[in-house]
Amino acid sequence: MKSETKTVQTLFRSDAMQRVMAFGALIVLAVGFSLASPYFRTFDNFVGILLATAVNGVLGLGVTFVIITAGIDLSVGTVLTFSAVMTGVFITNMGLPIPLGILGGVLSGALAGLINGVVISRMKIPPFIATLGMLYATKGLSLVISELKPIYFNDTPAFREMAMGSVLGKVIPGFEIPNAVLIMFGAAIIAHLILSRTILGRYTFALGSNEEATRLSGVNVAGWKTAVYTLCGLFSGMGGVLMASRLNSAQPALGAGYELDAIAAVVIGGTSLSGGEGSILGTIIGAFIISVLTNGLRILSVPQEWQMVVTGSIVVLAVFLDILRRRR
Amino acid sequence: MNNHSLTSEIHETLLRMEGISKSFPGVQALSNCQFELRAGEVHALVGENGAGKSTLMKILGGIYHKDAGHIYLEGHEVEIPNPRMAQHLGISIVHQELNLMPHLTAAQNIFIGREPRAKIPFVVDDKTTVQQAERLFEMLNLKLDPNTKVADLTVAKQQMVEIAKALSFNAKILVMDEPTAALTEAEIEELFSVIKQLREKGVGIIHISHRLEELKLISDRVTVMRDGKYIDTKSIHNLTIDQIISMMVGRTIYETAPELPEDPNQDVILEVRNLNRGKAIRDVSFTLKKGEILGFSGLIGAGRTEVARAIFGADGFDSGEIYIKGRKVDIKTPGDAVGNGLGYLSEDRKRYGLTLGMDVKENVAMAAMKKFLGWLGWVDFKKATSRGQEMVKALNIKTPNLEQKVRFLSGGNQQKVVIGKWLTADTDILIFDEPTRGIDVGAKSEIYKLLNDLAHQGKSIIMISSELPEILRMSHRVIVMCEGRVTGVLNAGEATQESIMKFATMRSEAVLAAAQ
Repeated sequence: MKSETKTVQTLFRSDAMQRVMAFGALIVLAVGFSLASPYFRTFDNFVGILLATAVNGVLGLGVTFVIITAGIDLSVGTVLTFSAVMTGVFITNMGLPIPLGILGGVLSGALAGLINGVVISRMKIPPFIATLGMLYATKGLSLVISELKPIYFNDTPAFREMAMGSVLGKVIPGFEIPNAVLIMFGAAIIAHLILSRTILGRYTFALGSNEEATRLSGVNVAGWKTAVYTLCGLFSGMGGVLMASRLNSAQPALGAGYELDAIAAVVIGGTSLSGGEGSILGTIIGAFIISVLTNGLRILSVPQEWQMVVTGSIVVLAVFLDILRRRR
Repeated sequence: MNNHSLTSEIHETLLRMEGISKSFPGVQALSNCQFELRAGEVHALVGENGAGKSTLMKILGGIYHKDAGHIYLEGHEVEIPNPRMAQHLGISIVHQELNLMPHLTAAQNIFIGREPRAKIPFVVDDKTTVQQAERLFEMLNLKLDPNTKVADLTVAKQQMVEIAKALSFNAKILVMDEPTAALTEAEIEELFSVIKQLREKGVGIIHISHRLEELKLISDRVTVMRDGKYIDTKSIHNLTIDQIISMMVGRTIYETAPELPEDPNQDVILEVRNLNRGKAIRDVSFTLKKGEILGFSGLIGAGRTEVARAIFGADGFDSGEIYIKGRKVDIKTPGDAVGNGLGYLSEDRKRYGLTLGMDVKENVAMAAMKKFLGWLGWVDFKKATSRGQEMVKALNIKTPNLEQKVRFLSGGNQQKVVIGKWLTADTDILIFDEPTRGIDVGAKSEIYKLLNDLAHQGKSIIMISSELPEILRMSHRVIVMCEGRVTGVLNAGEATQESIMKFATMRSEAVLAAAQ
């Protein structure tokens, strides 16, 4: 009897529990909105939700790594903008082939992440400040490079196809799920494998769990931290390219504030801001909770301002539940 | 003797450290120290807290950089700039404070930094990691699932993981900094059998411990350090424990410590009844008299600091009652405690006791701001300054002026500022948690004198200390704790190192048996 209660307690306290709870919350939300509005449960709306999650989901992947190291990256939103603009420069302005342009866009993001990493691990600037600096810098650079105007991809229709076409729709007629969604899931699987199987993933957890002990174990802490921020930048770059492809344009003023959605997704997914714990699956569930919430409330004609209030409350509630779970 | 002659046949000198010096701001931690280790010997390194043992070993482990001196490994001079180099040279350290990553599993912790790799680049071979950890645990006779998260292990098991980690380097030199402090008897035996195995394999083992009986059982030679200096190295078999202690204590500064105040009168000022909190505090009761210095002794993790913090309202407790001057009080926050005349001087003064970036007078006024508030909440700096001056004079704080930032004072003077802060708040009961930790020897005697003066003035003092000589010298009565319980109360006359250690290592079973 006593050992049974203990097992239940252990189960309740385990990290997996937060993901189970988050997934449960997602199902409850989806069922609730479906009952409230027949439009919510249409296939078109389902695709809409998936598409709306794609960019935030990809951003969240990188942020998950950073937060597990007990760091933070505030620059992912504007690094996304910067990468989108650079993609526009490469493809439209410079006329590079599309694959090369995409690669350039993603690498622009990775470069921003690399700089974040070096500033944080070598210059010892706290992550909050370093990435706040990067937020402003990339925001400004995007405007400078684009000369304040959107860059369109009208001459290269294939670029838009990348995110908005549907490989799946060709295989299964009628099942027109945009590629952007597949790309997000693909990236999530890769991120999950990196986090759980590779040396980088192992050190990500180690850094967040006890950085000093990791250093004393002979691990090159500065190097691996830089790698984590670079990876985060790389995912932001992917997000930027996806965004540009989806809008068929690079919008230099779009992207600021996305970092908050990404951090919210990561936190709702049970990744601890104090480091050492977290998962990719949780982040993806978190990203879906945010989009289902936004989408459902919009369908129920809740004004946008109130949607924000609800989202904010959900983030705090999720963290509070996590604290309750850990207590004792 | 037979054991000794056997090991002395292996004469090869593994390690020699010569002329090692190291200073930290305000403290000369090591001056001109030497150390020598042979292959296949267990070499005890002893000295009081603050003697410099850990510092010397951290230099060997590449964690600190020596200011001067030479290190020779198997006859060749080496530089050890970082922990990785130490590992590479075959030097492994099990640190006093555990250096594990609580969120990772035992196996992951052991192989951190050198994970077995799969064929695909960057991919960790988890299966091999677990298997190798299993093999290590087998060698240690340890029943432990390598997939358990370290956070879910007991402190003793965590310690064993650390030892397994150190062993996994195929170390030539293994340093163990107080490895047995948290272990049970059975676990200590296990550990000793492993140490013996390693010794036979020719590993040199440096063993730091305060448990001298234990050291005599397992060690071949002993090196004594005191006040950051090398004293002597001798074969441990020719020494009695008393001889070792006298080498450790030496002339010592305790001789200069003043006499205790008269026996305090019998007014009980603080009474704690049946205090409980989880496993940390179990049914703790005691009384504190006016003008008394009550020593709290015990091993690390015995629950002394937890009791102090609970009384002070810093952590709360599950059940129990606190009476001050016979009146039951309800202390839920540190604010309540201060209101009831309690002051707590943390062992970590830089984190909990001082605002380092503020100056002396501001720190002194901190806990009693109300006294210095004037019209509309304006701070009366004139009053604060004059009070600061009083304290500087009364406590003999060495500071160029009252506007000096506390950060720039020495450890001893910082401690005095904290004391001044609580005196300003009209505190009757002062709880000192390790009052002389990190304070250099000269300033220690001043702190002792101050404690005595305070007791003379009728203040009541709880002094938590891990230094037995300090406890013995300074306390009217000694309360000994072990595993969250009070296991013994000794009067100044009865307390000895031995009697305190006996109670400090008294296991709960023994306590239960004694109670029946």
